[in-house]
Amino acid sequence: MSGSTVWAVVVLCALTTVVTKGVGPAATGSRELPAPVVRVVVLLASALLSALVVTNALADGDRLAVGADTAGALVAALLLWRRAHVIVVVLAAAGVTALLRALT
Amino acid sequence: MTTDGQAGDGRGPRTFRDGVRAGLPYAGASGVLALSFGVVATDLGFPQVAAIVMSAVVFAGSAQFAAVGILAAGGGLGAAVGAAALMNSRFVPMGFALGPSLRGSRARRALEGQVVVDSSWAMAARGDGRFDRSYLFGHTAIQYVAWVVGTTLGVVTPNLDAQALGLDAVFPAFFLTLLAGELRDRRRVGVAGAGALIALALVPIAPPGVPVLVASSAALIGLRRS
Repeated sequence: MSGSTVWAVVVLCALTTVVTKGVGPAATGSRELPAPVVRVVVLLASALLSALVVTNALADGDRLAVGADTAGALVAALLLWRRAHVIVVVLAAAGVTALLRALT
Repeated sequence: MTTDGQAGDGRGPRTFRDGVRAGLPYAGASGVLALSFGVVATDLGFPQVAAIVMSAVVFAGSAQFAAVGILAAGGGLGAAVGAAALMNSRFVPMGFALGPSLRGSRARRALEGQVVVDSSWAMAARGDGRFDRSYLFGHTAIQYVAWVVGTTLGVVTPNLDAQALGLDAVFPAFFLTLLAGELRDRRRVGVAGAGALIALALVPIAPPGVPVLVASSAALIGLRRS
């Protein structure tokens, strides 16, 4: 990859991020969202976060793939259910994944 | 959201300091993610300084991994930036949700909206559709420091193997932690299940980032009264 392409990617990624984060607040201004939209907003995090979990744990590009990292995520889920601390959860997920990779 | 109290329980808005404090463990996890970004980016041939600058000015993990991965695989400028934009597309509905809780003119709100990251947005939500603005800023500020420092450490530390260390499992574990704080009632559990199914169904047929954006439509069930 050429140096100029790299820097163009950095600058353009920064600009598109500014736009994606800024367009919503610029559009709503101070207007309160209507009640049905508020009910959607309240549910939005559940939908987005679970989608982020499964795509990170199970997707490898455009393929669905079960790997050592999937096992790591399952251990994380178990620990969360047992109310473990976030740092414990994250380190255990990485540790289990690393261990499985070392063994296989 | 499990331990640091949900607003709407009679308390006032949570402060910047509350955000920093509650954000610390997430910043730790973010730092590990950033470290793996620094390692992966330089392994793939990305210049060291560019990786650090990218973390400082883009500050969006999944978008950065996508863009660098596509460049390394021989993809062009458009493909790399497009993939990053799609990865970030979830910030559009998130921004609409947040807008009314920010302050000032539209331009100022757009500026304040830059402060959103996944964890700060999810945890600043009060549960009634509003967000604690100062808490959001505090939570993101500590994440930003961790993100840039972590990337720098990943770039300068020689011979780290992110795969062997299992660092790719940090991403799903991080998001699972945030999700666990959300699943307080059956409706949210149902929406989370539907979002996961939509995303998985789209992975084989849609470009990366699109499955997550479309999965957000599961929240539209909220248009119906519960």
